[in-house]
Amino acid sequence: MKEIPVTPELAKEFGLSNEEFDRVRAIMGREPNFTELGIFSVMWSEHCSYKSSRVHLKKFPVKGPRVLQGPGENAGVVDIGDGLAVSFKIESHNHPSFIEPYHGAATGVGGIARDVFTMGARPIASLNSLRFGSPKHPRTRYLVAGCVEGMADYGNCIGVPSLGGEVYFDESYDGNILVNAFIVGLLKTEDIRRGFASGIGNPIIYVGSKTGCDGIHGATMASGEFDEKSEENRPTVQAGDPFIEKLLLEACLELMKSDAIVGIQDMGAAGLTCSSFEMASRAGTGFLMDLDNVPQREEGMTPYELMLSESQERMLLVVKKGRESEVLDLFKKWNLDASVIGEVTGDGIARVRWKGEVVAEIPVAPITDQAPVYDRPIARPESQDALQREVDPASIPAPADLAKTWTRLMSCPEMADKKWIFRQFDHMIRTNTLVSPGSDAGVIRIKGTRKGIALSADCNSRYCLLDPYIGGMIAICESSRNIACSGAEPIGMTNCLNFGNPEKPEIMWQLGCAIEGMAKACETFDIPVVSGNVSLYNETRGKGINPTPTVAIVGLLEDASKRLVQWFDSPGDAILLAGPDRLEARLGGSLYLKEVHGKTAGMPPVPDLSHEKALQRFLRAAAKDSLLSSAHDLAEGGFACALAECCVTRPDGPIGAAVSNPFPGDIRPDFAMFAESQGVVILSCRPDRKEALKSAASKFGIKITDLGFVGGERIDIKGVASVSASDLCNDWKEGFAKSLGLEG
Amino acid sequence: MKAKIYVTLKKGVLDPQGKVILSSLPNMGIEGVEDVRVGKYMEVVLKDLGREKAQLLLDDACRQLLANTVIEDYRIEINE
Amino acid sequence: MKTAILTFPGSTCDHDASFALKDVMGLDAEFVWHNQSSLEGFDAVVIFGGASYGDYLRPGAIAKLSPVMAAVRRFADGGGPVIGVCNGFQILLESGVLPGAMIVNESLRFVCEDASVKVEADRTPFTRVIAPGKVLRIPVAHRQGNYFADPATLAALEERRQVVFRYCDAKGNVTAASNPNGSVGNIAGICNEAGNVLGMMPHPERRVERELGGTDGKLLFDSMIVWLKEKGK
Repeated sequence: MKEIPVTPELAKEFGLSNEEFDRVRAIMGREPNFTELGIFSVMWSEHCSYKSSRVHLKKFPVKGPRVLQGPGENAGVVDIGDGLAVSFKIESHNHPSFIEPYHGAATGVGGIARDVFTMGARPIASLNSLRFGSPKHPRTRYLVAGCVEGMADYGNCIGVPSLGGEVYFDESYDGNILVNAFIVGLLKTEDIRRGFASGIGNPIIYVGSKTGCDGIHGATMASGEFDEKSEENRPTVQAGDPFIEKLLLEACLELMKSDAIVGIQDMGAAGLTCSSFEMASRAGTGFLMDLDNVPQREEGMTPYELMLSESQERMLLVVKKGRESEVLDLFKKWNLDASVIGEVTGDGIARVRWKGEVVAEIPVAPITDQAPVYDRPIARPESQDALQREVDPASIPAPADLAKTWTRLMSCPEMADKKWIFRQFDHMIRTNTLVSPGSDAGVIRIKGTRKGIALSADCNSRYCLLDPYIGGMIAICESSRNIACSGAEPIGMTNCLNFGNPEKPEIMWQLGCAIEGMAKACETFDIPVVSGNVSLYNETRGKGINPTPTVAIVGLLEDASKRLVQWFDSPGDAILLAGPDRLEARLGGSLYLKEVHGKTAGMPPVPDLSHEKALQRFLRAAAKDSLLSSAHDLAEGGFACALAECCVTRPDGPIGAAVSNPFPGDIRPDFAMFAESQGVVILSCRPDRKEALKSAASKFGIKITDLGFVGGERIDIKGVASVSASDLCNDWKEGFAKSLGLEG
Repeated sequence: MKAKIYVTLKKGVLDPQGKVILSSLPNMGIEGVEDVRVGKYMEVVLKDLGREKAQLLLDDACRQLLANTVIEDYRIEINE
Repeated sequence: MKTAILTFPGSTCDHDASFALKDVMGLDAEFVWHNQSSLEGFDAVVIFGGASYGDYLRPGAIAKLSPVMAAVRRFADGGGPVIGVCNGFQILLESGVLPGAMIVNESLRFVCEDASVKVEADRTPFTRVIAPGKVLRIPVAHRQGNYFADPATLAALEERRQVVFRYCDAKGNVTAASNPNGSVGNIAGICNEAGNVLGMMPHPERRVERELGGTDGKLLFDSMIVWLKEKGK
């Protein structure tokens, strides 16, 4: 192999700054070679090193009595009692999904599933959080169809039910869609596995798909050396093989029943490099790796390519010395390629051999300990004041027909029935699904116990754009409120921070504020952050996406039979409103303002965290005492849309409701209906439980207002607007496919 | 030696993929296509068995696995 | 009375089947790995869903070559009760134990939702205690559930009362709107000529508990138990 000279210019092409390249030379005590430079560049990439976000991520509370594993491992682990725990994480696969939606989104599911079963957990449910460009953008339909099919096919093939998620559309995602995948797995607390390369002399085993040239760092294409292999022939997006993943899942879980495994890690971003260096770094060891033993899909792969390939469905294991054959035999039973590719060493040096020669020799500790960390400059955007300026109500023409506007909002793609999506996901497999996609939170039972797990993913990026601190706070409030509306207690959070270019001070301001808001809410509600992922540089032609800190919260129901749903149950049930003493609703950042009046402006509603905490505690107490028939919070679309959702999302068919207007009569009717609030929930209960419910609420300082009753053909806000429940339901059901031009 | 195998849906078997493609083409301004049937194409590399033996072997492979003869036809092309 | 639950690489509903049969129905059941060549000692065989071999080539096409499928054929020829659900149905079709074939859903998309099916025949071990005409609510979850058979085969199926389930609306009317995948004649399940082998796309193992939305699927396993008892098992 002709050795390519390593220069600061080449380092730059690899994404390393001059200072970073100097640091590489200082660590190495010499000039790095091409392969070594490649290893540093991926280890110090934003994705692997969190160099721009790390100082801010420290603000998250990560400890709690239930936390068995916090951030830093493949996925977090939280105790749920009875000797059981759940492991979960959310991760982005934004860029690949934009280039090739089917495979990009599919491999996102594969990656997150591996992160979870690497911890020793069997995946039991998934969520997905998707952001697409404007429904009118010519590419949106194609991206929606491709991403949904890719995620669904992969998840269905490995047998993980989807419990829901969220889908939003906004012009800011026209050139940068967001595909965030969440998976939760179940394990026994004593079975947690971690990514440690411990025990000098222990063999390192590679298992899974063969290594090909997929997904290798784009920067390297620019170097002259590869010109005989044309760029076009190289896939920039990895294709997934869910069948291999399923075999890998079963084989690994079977292997974990024995004590042969010392450490295990998924080969995700930066493949072999990241997994081997991280495992050795955690254990304070070194390793010797023989690349000739790596199963290869293509001929003539270079050490650089082998170390950096992002081929999917591969795992790296360290097993006890002498147990190699037992482990290899088990993988053989599952028809998986596996081989011993190296061993753990005690000198803290990573040595990579290829064709008998050492092609890379790097000290392990410094590459992680001395990785660059940036406290990047922060500046509030100059445009923020204008953005936050309250919208003058006089400039918002009142709709002539409120019922029509109501229908329009309920059938816009953000609010409309997402069955077109969820139908493509198996949401019943594993026979645990108690609440299918379509309620505030999805709920599954834990077989062999009375427990249930509630899941919700949330982020309103319009709020985050207008005020990232408030928006970040609201993401936590909404997600935990959704969990509380199902009767469950939040026990852990994972997040995916999707932002623009961190080198811009305005973007860092958004990131810093959003994290602060999230952290503040998490602290108030005692929700530990156990895992997460940061996706930066979501920009096209200098225009960043709306800041989108996606939050997924896992809730625990001690008794799954006490779960709640968002839809009304029976005619005659009382409808009540639970909220703060003074009901407030804001036009700023509302769906109404955007969808009907084409504006994203103003200040979002400001959550009152102590009220929110009391409200959520009240909801759980009321659920536990079986006082409620349903609970659904006010969110996008305000009071009228929340009420309509209680009526039309009911699986047994729509049902009407007659309620009074909870807002003072002097508020403009369209604002009363569609302006948005925080910390407000629509409840329904059997009439004979109303008094008990009210006294429970007063204990928590929650104000309860009588609104009316469930039943009838119409959804009627007295004196304001009225629609036919079945007509609205039909429009709501058809809205999604219709507005995207998808076939029904 | 190399062979190409074409597996196609039998006449009379509904082809939902072909149907969708056919109806999508005019939307892209591609007119004049009267029918589309989607099939599978496989490339096979064989030991040098001789044309006759290879034909028999692949015929067997198609009948047993590569095609479902309830709904599919197949055609083998051997290139020496 | 012992039931074999076949497991192929890529099976995903095997554990659901085991839970339904053992934990809910109280039956004795055991997993049988695809490379085993004997079903000695079993009184019934169930093949449940998933994506055996990743559904590569065609769903069920590679699984049919597994050693256990020869044993299934012998077991079926001997009159033993066999049920194939979803991917299990696809495997039975591919292996020729049942007539016809599956093609991709008319929508070209995976579909997971509740479906209503009308019971057309009580002659199988799995519909023994279900009155013909009864409507069951059981979910489907598949991408290739669009049943196809040529007109002659179809006529023979109808003639010999081999159509066991048809997609219908809640009232039992067999309509185009209630067909989730485009199956010819709204066929959701068929049996072999002898009646002892049943293939169906809907998942009965997902409807054996009220907690999960109903117990209509349990009727199939109740039937199997009654049928086996009648045979002195």
